Amino acid sequence: MTDDHANRDLFSDPSFLRGLTQRRFTRRDVLRGVGAGAGTLSVAALLAACGTKGVAPAGSGAANAGIGTADWWAKQKKTDQLNFANWPYYIDTSHGKHPSLEDFTKQTGIDVNYTEPIDDNTSFFAKIRPQLQAGQYCGYDIVVLTNNDAPLSQMISFGWGIPLDHSKMPNFDKYASPLVTNPSWDPGNKFTMAWQSGYTCIGYNTKYIKEPITSIQSLWDPKYKGKIGMMGIATELGSFGMLALGIDPATSTPDDWQKAADKLEQQKPLVRSYYDQSYIHALKNEDIWISMVWSGDIFQAATYQGYPQLKAVIPTDGAMFWTDNMIMPLYAQNPASAMTYMDSVYDPNVAAEIEDYNAYVCPVPSAKEIILNDLKDPAVANNPTVFPDKTVESRSKDYFEFKNSQELTEWNNTFVPIFQG
Amino acid sequence: VEQHVRADLPGVAPPRREGSRKRFGQRVAPYVLGAPAGLWLAIFFLVPLVTMLSLSLQTCDPVTLACSMTWNFAEFPQQISTYSSEFVRSIAYGGAATVIDLIVAFPLAYWIAFYGGKRKNFFLLMLLLPFFVSFVIRTLAWSFILSDSGIIFGTLKSWHLLPESYHILSTGTAVVAGIAYNFLPFTALPLYVALERIDHRVLEAAGDLYATKARVFLKVILPLAVPGIFAAFLLTFVPAAGDFVNASILGGPGNTMIGNVIQTRFLVFNDYPSASALSAILMGVMLVGIFAYSKILGSRTIEEYI
Repeated sequence: MTDDHANRDLFSDPSFLRGLTQRRFTRRDVLRGVGAGAGTLSVAALLAACGTKGVAPAGSGAANAGIGTADWWAKQKKTDQLNFANWPYYIDTSHGKHPSLEDFTKQTGIDVNYTEPIDDNTSFFAKIRPQLQAGQYCGYDIVVLTNNDAPLSQMISFGWGIPLDHSKMPNFDKYASPLVTNPSWDPGNKFTMAWQSGYTCIGYNTKYIKEPITSIQSLWDPKYKGKIGMMGIATELGSFGMLALGIDPATSTPDDWQKAADKLEQQKPLVRSYYDQSYIHALKNEDIWISMVWSGDIFQAATYQGYPQLKAVIPTDGAMFWTDNMIMPLYAQNPASAMTYMDSVYDPNVAAEIEDYNAYVCPVPSAKEIILNDLKDPAVANNPTVFPDKTVESRSKDYFEFKNSQELTEWNNTFVPIFQG
Repeated sequence: VEQHVRADLPGVAPPRREGSRKRFGQRVAPYVLGAPAGLWLAIFFLVPLVTMLSLSLQTCDPVTLACSMTWNFAEFPQQISTYSSEFVRSIAYGGAATVIDLIVAFPLAYWIAFYGGKRKNFFLLMLLLPFFVSFVIRTLAWSFILSDSGIIFGTLKSWHLLPESYHILSTGTAVVAGIAYNFLPFTALPLYVALERIDHRVLEAAGDLYATKARVFLKVILPLAVPGIFAAFLLTFVPAAGDFVNASILGGPGNTMIGNVIQTRFLVFNDYPSASALSAILMGVMLVGIFAYSKILGSRTIEEYI
């Protein structure tokens, strides 16, 4: 092949023409291309880098190794402070002060920083979770979580609770009610002591509903259309749906859940709204006449807040029994003070003082006599929803216990669409 | 240009060194002044945004919250189809509340701007006064005012002007009314700014040219207020469509907005990917809608009013 030949053929060579007419791929293009590619990659890397590790399985972490053992407890010194996180309106209150806490401070020298940041188990747990996950003190030595919601069992299964010092629980051992000792959600009370228990039952306004309400079926009564309140809380709503069908929630199956959901779906046109704790305002404002309620709320409203027409009943079909538990989060700064306090509320005198205000279910049966004789408050002492009698106890039903996240998700997927959507 | 002219003037030496130093200062100043805001945006807007977008493509365990990137793009169509009615409802409620606000706020802003006189600031303060009380408390107050046997409906029912079963709470009307009430100042303030800027001589000129009052309003005032209307719409509609407080306090079954769904996905289900995907979809829908809307209104001076 000669040069001549090459020159002649150059213009018929398509690649030569392409080179003349089209832009060449310059160094700048290469750089730009690399830049763009790197940009895409870095966005991808950035998006991918945001994954979280989650929680180490319980017990395997070095962080909580040894915490809660007898040796560890022996090393804990008493401090003069205690940070206690509780739910609103859940302790004796008089003129903005809490007499039972003041007495405790007088006796022990421990200053209790009592706060009420919890109005929902899951959202409160979401707030303290990042600190616990990072191995830090969450700011509270005692938090109160309910047995019917996921956070309590998660605290326990993640190893985020400090095991109790069983040598320092004389009052609990002596006075605690069998309802709250060795509970199914915390066998042997390894991590928790009950603060209060309560019933999810029926409350109604006797001004508008003259007939005595005895059954959950009244919540399905078309007479009360638009005046029925239900709870927009999946565990509560689903359990009540099952009680209405005569199914025991504790031993229910996903098939039962579906039946309950169908039953609740039928009820939907009659229901005014699905409430959180705001149902109590709706009842007081007469927006609803009959509702799913928490026993103590109705008692407090009727006795102390000027709504004597409100009444709570334990229906014949059953009522859900729940317990709010005190637990010490891992890395608590004042564990010895927390132990002292938690046991002190099982002293019958202290329990009576707290219960006379709360009127939920008292974890100390012997407080009954003190409320009756010393505090002279028969309305609380003789109330079967505070000190359950045999009839009420026989109607108590336990919640379903979720064994894994799939069950919880399935439950939520079954019942959340009833109140949302 | 100015320096060039000055350098040409006789007897004036070109201030070269000083000028270059000034130019350097001028070049750097905007960045220095913008740095705090830029840093703020990077930390409190960009980082959360990227985290949210990233989470929406991950797969998480609802209990341990261990998440790993799986590029799960299927999350998006799935969430859209599951919650389409909530999306539509949010846009409808937000839109209705915004239109109500525009209708109510325009005369209000107009009156303050044109007839407020010396007391303009006082009237503006009155408009903002409710903001000194928490958003949630104000909404709760409405649930008391509108309650079935409350001040309004209790009275009307006792006079037999309304049937016993009549109620506003737990309906869509209550939710839209609550949103409209809560966001009114967001609508009124940009409208006021736009109307306040109108040169009164322009209106006089229109009058001199024999325009009727209605024509002055339609042909002069309204076009000059368009940037304000645009800004008012944005500032009201965007947060209103994402609101969840009003629906949860004033609404009932069937009034769920997308904000409530996102809250439940986060807090009840612990399902961070679906909640993030829903947030991203809401943001995307809003951005596309606003882009189209700004093209139609063609408002280039918008940045002056926000």
